[in-house]
Amino acid sequence: MIPELGNFFLIMAFINAIFLGVLSFVGAQKEHQGLMRFSKRASISSFALILLSYICLTVSFINNDFSVQYVANHSNTQLPIYYRISAVWGAHEGSLLLWVLILTGWMAAVALFSKSLPKVLVTRVLGVMGFIAVGFIAFTLFTSNPFERVFPFIPIDGADLNPLLQDFGLIVHPPMLYMGYVGFSVVFAFAIAGLLQGDLDHHWARWSRPWTTVAWIFMSLGIALGSWWAYYELGWGGWWFWDPVENASFMPWLAGTALIHSLAATEKRGVFKSWTVLLAILTFSLSLLGTFLVRSGVLTSVHSFASDPVRGRFILVFLGIVVGVSLLIYAIQSSKIRSKANFGLFSRETALLFNNALLAVVTFMVLLGTLHPLIQEAFTGGKSSVGPPYFNLMFSIFMIPILILMPIGQQINWKQEPIKPLLTKYWLWAISSIIVGLAIVIIMGDLQPMAIVGTTLGLWVLAGCAKYVLAQASKSDSFSAGLKKISRSYWGMLVAHLGVAVTVLGVVLTSYFSIEENIKIRLGETVEVEDLSVEFYDFKNTEGPNYISSGGSFKVSSDGELITKLHPEKRKYNASRMVMTEADIDAGLFRDIYIVMGEPLDDGAWAISVHYKPFVRWIWLGTIFMALGGLLAISDKRYRQRRREKKQTKKEQVQSAEVSGE
Amino acid sequence: MKTHRRNKLLAIIGGLLLLSGAVALILYALSSNINHFYPPTEVSQGKAPLDKTIRVGGLVAYNSVKRAADGLDVEFTVTDNQNSLTVQYHGILPDLFKEGQGVIAEGQLVSKTEFVASKVLAKHDEKYMPPEVEQSLEKYGHPGKKQSTDY
Repeated sequence: MIPELGNFFLIMAFINAIFLGVLSFVGAQKEHQGLMRFSKRASISSFALILLSYICLTVSFINNDFSVQYVANHSNTQLPIYYRISAVWGAHEGSLLLWVLILTGWMAAVALFSKSLPKVLVTRVLGVMGFIAVGFIAFTLFTSNPFERVFPFIPIDGADLNPLLQDFGLIVHPPMLYMGYVGFSVVFAFAIAGLLQGDLDHHWARWSRPWTTVAWIFMSLGIALGSWWAYYELGWGGWWFWDPVENASFMPWLAGTALIHSLAATEKRGVFKSWTVLLAILTFSLSLLGTFLVRSGVLTSVHSFASDPVRGRFILVFLGIVVGVSLLIYAIQSSKIRSKANFGLFSRETALLFNNALLAVVTFMVLLGTLHPLIQEAFTGGKSSVGPPYFNLMFSIFMIPILILMPIGQQINWKQEPIKPLLTKYWLWAISSIIVGLAIVIIMGDLQPMAIVGTTLGLWVLAGCAKYVLAQASKSDSFSAGLKKISRSYWGMLVAHLGVAVTVLGVVLTSYFSIEENIKIRLGETVEVEDLSVEFYDFKNTEGPNYISSGGSFKVSSDGELITKLHPEKRKYNASRMVMTEADIDAGLFRDIYIVMGEPLDDGAWAISVHYKPFVRWIWLGTIFMALGGLLAISDKRYRQRRREKKQTKKEQVQSAEVSGE
Repeated sequence: MKTHRRNKLLAIIGGLLLLSGAVALILYALSSNINHFYPPTEVSQGKAPLDKTIRVGGLVAYNSVKRAADGLDVEFTVTDNQNSLTVQYHGILPDLFKEGQGVIAEGQLVSKTEFVASKVLAKHDEKYMPPEVEQSLEKYGHPGKKQSTDY
């Protein structure tokens, strides 16, 4: 009964979304008050219906209702309750429902938090999002319905959730990432609505900015969580593989990062308007492309959603329609957009232009590398893949100018600034970054040129943030008074850029100075790995809730002093008969020690892998700073002030005593 | 405003030059980093280049996994049910590496029958078959030997 109810709510939501899409556009065109009110309500009710449908699926999982195909394939009676709840998004069908839930959630949020925006614009935005929802709900209903039953032969037990996904990282990673992917639909809808209206004034940029930043925050955290999860769960000790599916999330993130920066220029100075709009369209298109790559199974990837050509075709057609229609609207309407302000060669506008050009090139680079195997196959029929060396090399090369320009770009004035005095201020900082960078690399060991460049650039960005704060503080009477003068959104930028510096340092130092050794070890034996000695002192077989584990215990010491005891495991899951390695990690701010059990060798010894990873935590720590920066930026006073002002003028005009709901 | 216009033009030309340089660089780097995939039959036909990074793949043949008594060197045979290829690897094999399972190895061919792998990829879902391997099995493998992907 419950699955049928879920299916029913999903169908209702589908019909609701169709009405929302069509009637919003009619209402906006005719400026019909009733229809515009309907548009808001329908957005909220879409969310409510999908939420009910989602709850029905979750209940089916909790109740172990194996008459539902999706539950039978991805759950098991032995599965602990928290994994049964998270198993809802553990595979294609359910994760698509989560996707739709988040999409309608964003829609409801726009409907609720847009009181200060012109009604016609909001109605159009909701209309665009309504059509996107129609597409995705149709995708769920017609190609990947999670509520399908398996009558009459109901399995006694389920096939279990993929053991890799029975983990905390997986509980949080997909929802975060989807919040980001789908969140970019808001700025996309704003762009299309603005284009249709034909007036993209600076208000447009100001309205869409906080939404874009929120989506970007979620996406950053989602990607970082995925990277962290892969690091401790896959047992390879790697944190980024340039896998097609990773790239699928990285491309919209890169484009979104460019978008945040160009939105700043558009809001503050009214420049790059048509580029910003195009970028908004591209960012969401890349989100859709990512969905296509992940769910069609066209590329070989470690993230294997079972492939189904029908699904791939559906998304491809949908992607084609969205990109085609939006580019058509852009082509027709973009000539109406006028950017007004002029700016000099040395100005923040130019710096942001470089930022955007470079980020666009990087996005293109990743796109080409990811799609190349498909292009190649279409022309020659042969299978191929693009190796990580391509991505690593190209990404490093294009990051160099981005990082060099970052501190200067954040300091330089809008419109025009004489460049020489600005550069002379930076000499000392540049030289000290080089010296400290060199010193760090010497301490770490190997004098590799790229390691020196990377470390120096990380420090240079760090120095840029410090320099800005010091310069601002010295303008005022006291240090703290100076700090208070820096606006929230400025703090946001500084913290986010600080995060970039931390991530860069983490990436560079881990990549160049990690130690990884595969060794053969017997119980009771001690093996030296560089400066560490690893002792295999215990071995036990234990039983978990739905698996049997073989666990080794290792003492890691250096110079006779015990550093840590690690207990990696090898688990065999009962239902799926799959074997999983569970690495054990001694995490630290400056280094991780990581041991994975490999396989038992013939003579009772084990193959194990020992990793020493300096600064690896900094990669994710930096992302947290970036997200914090985003949070600071959206908490800036001006967004709240604007709302208050609008309300006041509205009050004066209509004389209605509306209670301020801030 | 004439100088402004001229500056703008210069900036645009400069930008385009930089951009096309970047694209040329990307295309060059891409062309030298493509790893082609070859099933064992094509390797034995001599279609695969020697000493160049490529990918090979197929099913791991039964009773073919041999581990050196001392150390972590391992050797196994990859087959598409028509021809086979010996793969040598040093290190720990992935969890889902099993005889009879689909596998992809990245590395270099030293002769028509011998491959030295630097990376071995097995998939993280038992029911999943890498598309390359599935296609090559359909092409070269015997009919009826294809594994069922149903539950």
